[in-house]
Amino acid sequence: MTAIRVAGLGKSYQVSHAGQRRGYRTLRETLVETAQAPLRRLRGRRSAAQTTEEFWALKDVSFDVAPGEVVGIIGNNGAGKSTLLKILSRITKPTTGRVVLNGRVGSLLEVGTGFHPELTGRENIYLNGSILGMSQKEIDRRFDEIVAFAEVERFLDTPVKRYSSGMYVRLAFAVAAHLEPEILIVDEVLAVGDAGFQKKCIQRMGEVAHGGRTVILVSHDLPMVGKLSNRLIWIKDGQVHQTGRPAEVIDAYQSHAVQVVQQEAVVDLSSHPNRSRRYTPLLKQLRLFGADGRPASAFPVGQLSTETHPLLGTTGGLDCTYCCRFEPILLMPGEYTLNVRLGDMEDYRDVVMSAARFTVLPADHFGSGRLPERKFGPVVLCGEWTVN
Amino acid sequence: MSTGLSKPPDSTDAGDLAPRHDAADLPGDPRLRTVIEPPQGWQVINFGELWRYRELLLFLCWRDVKVRYKQTALGAAWAILQPAMMMAVFMVFFGRLAGVSTGEIPQSLFFLSGILPWFFFSTALTNAANSVVGSERLITRIYFPRLAIPFATVAAAAVDLVVACGLLAAMVVGYSVAGYTIAPGWTLLMVPVAIGLVGLTAAGLGAFLAALNVAYRDFRYVVPFFIQLGMFATPAIYMRPTAGEGEAVALLRALNPMNSLIETFRAGVLGGPVPWGRLGVAAAIAVVVFLAGCLYFRRVEERFADIV
Repeated sequence: MTAIRVAGLGKSYQVSHAGQRRGYRTLRETLVETAQAPLRRLRGRRSAAQTTEEFWALKDVSFDVAPGEVVGIIGNNGAGKSTLLKILSRITKPTTGRVVLNGRVGSLLEVGTGFHPELTGRENIYLNGSILGMSQKEIDRRFDEIVAFAEVERFLDTPVKRYSSGMYVRLAFAVAAHLEPEILIVDEVLAVGDAGFQKKCIQRMGEVAHGGRTVILVSHDLPMVGKLSNRLIWIKDGQVHQTGRPAEVIDAYQSHAVQVVQQEAVVDLSSHPNRSRRYTPLLKQLRLFGADGRPASAFPVGQLSTETHPLLGTTGGLDCTYCCRFEPILLMPGEYTLNVRLGDMEDYRDVVMSAARFTVLPADHFGSGRLPERKFGPVVLCGEWTVN
Repeated sequence: MSTGLSKPPDSTDAGDLAPRHDAADLPGDPRLRTVIEPPQGWQVINFGELWRYRELLLFLCWRDVKVRYKQTALGAAWAILQPAMMMAVFMVFFGRLAGVSTGEIPQSLFFLSGILPWFFFSTALTNAANSVVGSERLITRIYFPRLAIPFATVAAAAVDLVVACGLLAAMVVGYSVAGYTIAPGWTLLMVPVAIGLVGLTAAGLGAFLAALNVAYRDFRYVVPFFIQLGMFATPAIYMRPTAGEGEAVALLRALNPMNSLIETFRAGVLGGPVPWGRLGVAAAIAVVVFLAGCLYFRRVEERFADIV
């Protein structure tokens, strides 16, 4: 018996070539087009409808999930992960193929879906729980747990519009975390709030994942998704690219993510292929410099500095450049990947993983006549020796 | 088409001792199986599924009611004040200035008993027509039978109507104590019938407009205009049938279901003769409008999440 069977799943969208990706149309457009269609055909011209093109967000995706299995789905942006999740959670219909889900399904594509700012915490727990598919009895039973988890006891009867953003996400996650379907479909919503609460969230997700439930998990947080899942599926260009044990797939995926990044001294971060859609692109550009101050992407050991360009708001005039000069990090020769994060340790405002690649070239840093080698370890340490 | 459910049937709530996923019958339980397939044209109206989601429907309705009068000083009193103010305006313009006769029925009662069902209809229709576009976040994040959205707004409007009926009831009692011959007896049974049919019409038309509104935002502007027009086309709100009316007016009276339903409502409350023939026509129209609106909604609801 499988919990989830996905067979030949495909989803196509019509993409208009004019670049106008506005979903809805006005009645006028439709009327005008309908009226013009026969004329166009007489004249042998292409109608406006013909300038749209079919785009397959998902193509021939098939996999099975056994009951109790936790399957992680990874892939670049636009690879089709979100489309897959939307089909699995029945938000949108596939164009081809079939999915069979055996068991009660709960899906979490966002925390706090249906929260109403005017309603109190208590009221929102019931509303949100009901939207997520919990029965009123179930919510009654778990109410105290939810409140305790969210740490909002004192503000239960305050409208959530007066909540701090931290309280808001805590409450939202707490309701979601107490959803108990047999099959749980989760998007990148896991870790919210401050560092302490994030830890609690991940812990809770671990409990859920190992509690015998069948879970499908999508996340950009590779270490976490790797830790929680039994199996990973890597979706690339709308198709299953690789599936297997987490460690294997993550390795393959990471080396691929690095390959799509050219070794360049100046890297555009705003439309970076590895950028997560979760963050607003504040980080705009990354530049790598050698010790001589010239842009480069290959450096002799101990001669690297970097600079990033975040633009915080276009109207606030907060256009600034962050420059980070490293004390010579004595990386061993080899190829490296750079992750860029903006924010403090508790709250990232922008993240680009595998943003850039660079090479550290062998160099005789100590002037000892020997080249440092990779087998000696990750870094070269400058030690001071004394002998008594 | 899909036949799954995300909520357990009520019976599962009974045996709560074992965690659900341990229940032996679960993985293969065909009742809990969801099949997702490409859309296949016209869909049946999923009443069974809607029934399983009745709690969500109630919560959505409850949210609408709760939120509507939040942070207003008068709160739910607005549900009474709005029709009461309209009644006052009608009394001045139709009663005093235009000299419309309401016969032996007190003017205020006559106007209010016409305004209430109309108010219910126009509120329900306007809100239902905007409901799906307004629930964009829900629709793109979570699955539930989409028809619950327009239905919940109609139910929320019905709550207002029930509150406002309190005023009407008080006035009926007041006038009969004061000696007017208002004798609602068994005819009171017609009140829920009329309200139910108004709700059915509003739900069907509302679902239709809500679905159109997703694809063509023009309907946001069209609907209020047609509701105003509809008020003029529904003379039952402010006029009694007169002998000398032309054929066109008579036809309008017969074919506009709101006209017949308002007359039925008024007859029910004030104890007048129920227009059975026209009520039958209105009921048939209401059912047809409801089914057609819901079927169209079901036909296009698959695209909601992609285009809303």
